[in-house]
Amino acid sequence: MTTVPPPLPYRVAGTSAETADTRSIELVPAGRALPPFAPGQFAMIYAFGVGEVPVSASALRGRHGGLVHTVRAVGAVSAALCRLRPGDNVGLSGPYGTGWDLEAAVGHDVLIVAGGIGLAPLRPVVHAVLDRQAAYGPLAVLVGARTPADLVYRDEIASWSGRVRVEVTVDRPAPGWRGAVGVVTALLDRLDLRPDRTCALVCGPEVMMRHTARALVSRGVVPQRVQVSLERTMHCATGHCGHCQLGPLLLCRDGPVVGYDRVAHLLLVREL
Amino acid sequence: MSADADVNVSRPLACEGLVMGKEGVAALVDVLIRRGFTVVGPTARDGAIVLAELRSADELPYGWGVELEAGRYRLRERFDGAAFANAAGPQSWKSFLHPARVREWSADRVDGGLVITADQAAPPRYAFLGVRPCDLRAIAVQDRVLTGGAYRDSGYEGRRSGALLIVVECTEPGATCFCVSMGTGPAAGPGYDLVMTEVADEDGHRFWIRSGSREGSEILAELPARPADPETRETARAGVTAAADRMGRTMPEADLRELMAGTLDAPRWDDVAGRCLTCGNCTMVCPTCFCTTTEDVTDLTGDHAERWRLWDSCFDLAFSQLHGGPVRASSRSRYRQWMTHKLGTWYDQFGSSGCVGCGRCIVWCPVGIDITEEAAALHDWTQSRTPATESERG
Repeated sequence: MTTVPPPLPYRVAGTSAETADTRSIELVPAGRALPPFAPGQFAMIYAFGVGEVPVSASALRGRHGGLVHTVRAVGAVSAALCRLRPGDNVGLSGPYGTGWDLEAAVGHDVLIVAGGIGLAPLRPVVHAVLDRQAAYGPLAVLVGARTPADLVYRDEIASWSGRVRVEVTVDRPAPGWRGAVGVVTALLDRLDLRPDRTCALVCGPEVMMRHTARALVSRGVVPQRVQVSLERTMHCATGHCGHCQLGPLLLCRDGPVVGYDRVAHLLLVREL
Repeated sequence: MSADADVNVSRPLACEGLVMGKEGVAALVDVLIRRGFTVVGPTARDGAIVLAELRSADELPYGWGVELEAGRYRLRERFDGAAFANAAGPQSWKSFLHPARVREWSADRVDGGLVITADQAAPPRYAFLGVRPCDLRAIAVQDRVLTGGAYRDSGYEGRRSGALLIVVECTEPGATCFCVSMGTGPAAGPGYDLVMTEVADEDGHRFWIRSGSREGSEILAELPARPADPETRETARAGVTAAADRMGRTMPEADLRELMAGTLDAPRWDDVAGRCLTCGNCTMVCPTCFCTTTEDVTDLTGDHAERWRLWDSCFDLAFSQLHGGPVRASSRSRYRQWMTHKLGTWYDQFGSSGCVGCGRCIVWCPVGIDITEEAAALHDWTQSRTPATESERG
């Protein structure tokens, strides 16, 4: 057991714009470093005087060797984080929560399904699978975005080609868009899905995860091999503030990554 | 066993405890203050029995009882002069162990860097006088929540580990009490340092007192008390037993965790949502509700910031706020969250019920919503559905 620690000072080593409202921020320790993060785990990032938000790591080792987090400016804290410049300081604590169960995926086809910025917590999975490609079957990444301009990691996704099957769809196309249009579940039809050999990792808006997980299960993927990363308000990340409850689960402690078999019935209850 | 008793005469004495009068309680408060404790206990103030720091036992609510009903709390004079014959008041010990407002750490910009310093203020050493058995269980429940998981709340732990718990068994339950249903009273469970049972009858006003820890025994040894006589022990025990039969409320005899998990779509939630004001009073007075929010502030220089932690309530619309709006926007879903957590999912999260049957939520609900009545309605609904489902199958 650990006493709840205050955050440690981290310095911004670099930032990069992903979309109009989304930035990736690379953080290096200003002194003592946090323990290593696993793919899918999250940090609490403290913007000086403004507040703290939970953000999953979007890369475990960035260009400067630091942790990368991708933040969309949707509130006061995330907007403050998106305004950070190299050399600025934040407070960081973690790693918190359960990560993706990559051991369960060993020997399986790996299917990643992401909605919008939901690709961020899954990016370290792509890196991990590519690092140990022999341990896994084929890797496929399905991405849905609102518009082509909302697609994150565009250059990096292009660099995966050849090693990763990537399919992208948008809700609203822009002039010149030649890709798919529609919900991300429609992309499943494009795959030669081997349900009994597939391990699926899903992250995005809750409604998207619900539909995706149901579609996968109806195609024969066992619910235990569908992992979803769930989101709720969090103020502490240590199970003490009570905000992140989803029925019996405290998502900071029992999540954010959980097996669909554990939550399928909970996701059907409105406003739970 | 009898041979043991012959060898160690102090053992039966310790088990059977001591008896003291009001002067013993006065001495107890003095001893505690002399030993450096901040003594907190009940006192009559502003029309209620409130918990406050006591300078002497004279401040105890001698001669005050309470009348409780859904949405109603009144002080009532007692003619037996008893100090502890009043059921739960508006506060609980969580106000002291898990305060409504705590500074957790501060952050300073120094030479272009950031320095974050945990708040290390030493807590007072509390002696809680007059803890009810239901509240003793509530403290144990909060212990599990705040120090029983992978992370310990060090502030809570600091306040809790130094706290001395002096329990007074319940002989005067309120009309809103249901500790028997929850298995938390009216007799004291484990975890106390001292336990008293108050007796005020024609043989006099006296307290049967026993210790539950070494420190409790040491304090007991300093009090003007005599070995407990069988009559006092018997009267005291009978008072507690009678209290068990005089609970004003009862929970339905059902597996409450199962009942909550199986009724998430019950129409009763719409019914209670029509009455609930989502004011959050029930969460504020609940001795186990632990939810908090954070507040980050800066001073006028902009170089000094502080992190404060404040009580929060799942009835607050912002409680479940995500970008795009709150998860639980309706009052139906917020009342359901509170009650199903308290009686059901608390077991999944922390291994026990979150309800100790103190009845505070019933008393302090401005519209008199009664958790036992709501549980009974849900239970009735499941009962009424079962035969129908069977006949449909048949």
